[in-house]
Order: sequence, then structure tokens, then C-alpha cells
Amino acid sequence: MSEQFEPKIVAFFCNWCTYTAADLAGISRMKYAPNVRVVRLMCSGRVDPQFILAAFRDGADGVLIGGCHPGDCHYQEGNYKALRRFHLLKPVLEEMNIEDERFRLEWISASEGDKVQKVINEMVEQITKLGPLDLEPISTPETLDEMLEKEQEIAV
Amino acid sequence: MSKPKVGFYWCASCGGCEEAVVDLNEGVLDVVEAVDIVFWPVALDFKRSDVEAMEDGEMAVCFINGAIRNSEQKEMVEILRKKSGLIVAFGSCSHMGGIPGLANLHDKESIFNRVYHTVPTIDNPDGTIPQVETSVCGTTVELPEFWDTVRTLNQVIDVDYYLPGCAPPVNLIVGAVTAILEGKLPEKGAVLAPDKALCDECDRRESKPENLCIDEFKRPYQIIIDEEECLLAQGLLCLGSATRAGCDSICVKGNMPCTGCMGPTSRVNDFGAKALSAMASVANANDEKDVKRIIGGIADPVGSFNKYSLPASYLHRKVRK
Repeated sequence: MSEQFEPKIVAFFCNWCTYTAADLAGISRMKYAPNVRVVRLMCSGRVDPQFILAAFRDGADGVLIGGCHPGDCHYQEGNYKALRRFHLLKPVLEEMNIEDERFRLEWISASEGDKVQKVINEMVEQITKLGPLDLEPISTPETLDEMLEKEQEIAV
Repeated sequence: MSKPKVGFYWCASCGGCEEAVVDLNEGVLDVVEAVDIVFWPVALDFKRSDVEAMEDGEMAVCFINGAIRNSEQKEMVEILRKKSGLIVAFGSCSHMGGIPGLANLHDKESIFNRVYHTVPTIDNPDGTIPQVETSVCGTTVELPEFWDTVRTLNQVIDVDYYLPGCAPPVNLIVGAVTAILEGKLPEKGAVLAPDKALCDECDRRESKPENLCIDEFKRPYQIIIDEEECLLAQGLLCLGSATRAGCDSICVKGNMPCTGCMGPTSRVNDFGAKALSAMASVANANDEKDVKRIIGGIADPVGSFNKYSLPASYLHRKVRK
């Protein structure tokens, strides 16, 4: 297992600012780490905290939300809702032992292709240092016995 | 014709669910008229061997309350699964992990350490902790294995239906028993309660402002609570908007905010995340500093939003380090 750990990052970008910025970064041929899977949403206010937890559950090592700068939201205040949810979800993730660097919110306007590049590269670097998140699978009646055996080894 | 056989069992729970059965009052006589209770350790003297002696599928239905957190509970529910046609997860703990499920913020080691070594009232000079096997006077006695992780019932055995609530409301229990007796059950896996939010049936819903904005979250002891006005509008963390209806808003009627024991509606996967989302979005602030101040007023976010649902949530337990 000499293979280097490549983090998987799920990014939720709003259609009007950050996704356009990511497009701009592409057209401008800016290079950034290929570890990010971008999901385009109409607004950062559409990011349900369930999406973030589901991303972590399904194997993401980090989650990034990108929205318009305060005051610039296409829908007036969607990004403010994202901001409030972000700040309430943060302490939850902290208590569940998920490191701060794994969840990030950034305001990136349509003209800031370079910021997309910078933020993604930074995040990949930080999470590479942290290593994989490796959430423990949730048992089902079929997998329970196998999981209990593993749990026993860890617990002792 | 012989009556259908019914069992009740409890695992990691407080006993309140058993109390809910007793809350049927005289109604319990109708139940006993219609069914034979063949297993109910909290009230009747039946033993595990009595259940083991039954034919597979002999019981029509078994109601199991409590989360699953040790090897004995696992063995028992596996036996009951074999012996019953239907398994109903009864109450928040077997449905979503319940309050015992908050132990998933810890693990076996830290729980044992707290309970048997550091809690101020402990007197344990030898530092004894429970062992799976111990030798006493030449014989070996056994205790169940305590798990690192608390599980919901459906993470351990196949579950047919869910009766939500802490404890399940009497009318829902009666409804479920009637549906079983009449064979009018919904699709397998259904939660036997209305599929709408509690705010929908709340007496105070008229006083819920169209555009709810909270300047400060408060805890019940900090204010004198108005008995008519929407509790969330008063700044209390009332989770009714994210919680399934069916309890007749009993807590809100008692002037206390909803804490979400009925769990989510069928459109939601992670109750805590959805409740968190709903509460965060009503904070009346756009500036980062103000957002942090208002949101910071919510004490214990994990415990507030996942009070009954941590083992059933996406994260399910604290990540091990």
C-alpha cells in the first residue's frame, strides 16, 4: 500500500457565482487539484445540511460550499441561510470528531477563478495531511456480526 | 378460534414505553380480549426459554422498545424476530436510538471509565469493571458484552413497522393494534403515524409569524413562556417544524418546546440535520458575527437536534481517533 492518499472533496457551488468562477478557472486554464467533485446548485441556500452529512457518509473526506459574496446573492438571501447553517453545523461536526478543515464555506464571485483554484488546492493539501475520514459503516442485520467482531478488536 | 399471540420486549430503554402500554387504561382489556399476550417480561412471568420453545412465527407480532447496545439484547431480538410474524419497533429508542443513543458520542472505554472510576459518587477501591466472564467460588458467571456503539433495532434485525414517540402516544398504539388485527397495515417499513409536521396540528400555529426571525435563542428556564404564542417565535428551540405529527402536541400543550421524539417525516433521512437546518435559517442575522452570536445561543447542538436520533443519523457515532 504505497499508494498516496488522494482525498475526495465534494463541492456544492451555486450556479450564479462560484460555479461560474469554476468555469472561468477552466477557461483560463488555471490548474487545480483534481480531487474535487463539483455539484452545481442554483444557490448555496439550497445546500441542505443532510447533503453535507450524506457526502461524508458516502465517502467524502471534505465538503466545500461555494456561494456569492454577502449582498450578491441572486436570490437576495440564500447565502445568508447557508452561512447560518454552516455555523450551526460546525459545532456538530466538531463534537462528532470531524476536523474543522474538512468542512469549508467560501464566498467566490463569478470573476474569482483564481480563488476557486486557491481554495481547492488549499483544502486538498490540508486534508491530505489529515488522511481519510473513514466513517465507520452503519450496520444492517446482515453485516452486524462482522462489524461486532471488528468493534471488539478496537474496543478491548 | 385461537387469538393472535403478541409479545412485548424491552432493550436499552427507560421503561416509559411499557408505561405507555399501561396508559391504555381500560383499553388494555380490549387488547387482552382480542389477543393473547404470551411474552412481556416487565409485567408477566415468562422466561426466555418460553420464547425459545415457541414455533417459528408463532407470535403474530412483537413490540420491541429500546435501543440495542449489548449482546444479550441482540440475542433476544434475534430470537423474537424468528418467533414473530411482525416486528414493530416501539418508541424512539428502537426507532432511532433514542436518548441511550447519545452514548454514541462516547465509547465503551470512556463510558466504563466514567461510570466505574471517575463519577463522584462511585466507591470502587479495587477499580472493578464488568467482565464478560468472572470466576466466582469455582464457577464461571457471565455478563452480556457491552457494545461500543448503540444501534437502532433495524440495524440489528429486520423491522416491519415503527411506532414513534417517547413514549408512543396511546392513540397511535391503539391504531397500530387495530390495523394489525384487521390486517389493514400499510407498506412494510412504514412509520405508523401521520406523515406531516407537528406545526401542522399545533394549536399555536396561527401565532407563528409568516416570516419567523429569531434574535436570540432561549432556554425554557430563562423566560416566562407565553401559553398561547408559537414557542419558536418566543425564541425557544421548538423542533415542531421538523418533527412528525401524531402526538397531539402534548409537550407544546404543556408549554414546553418540541424536542423531536417522533422523528422525521418520510421525506427526511437525517432528522438532526433537517431540524438544525430549520432552526439555523430563522436566525435573524446576516453578518458573520451576529450569526455566530445567535447560533451560539443554542446549547449543545448535537444533543438538541439528535436527542433521539443519533444512531439513526448519517454520522451515527463519533468518529474514532
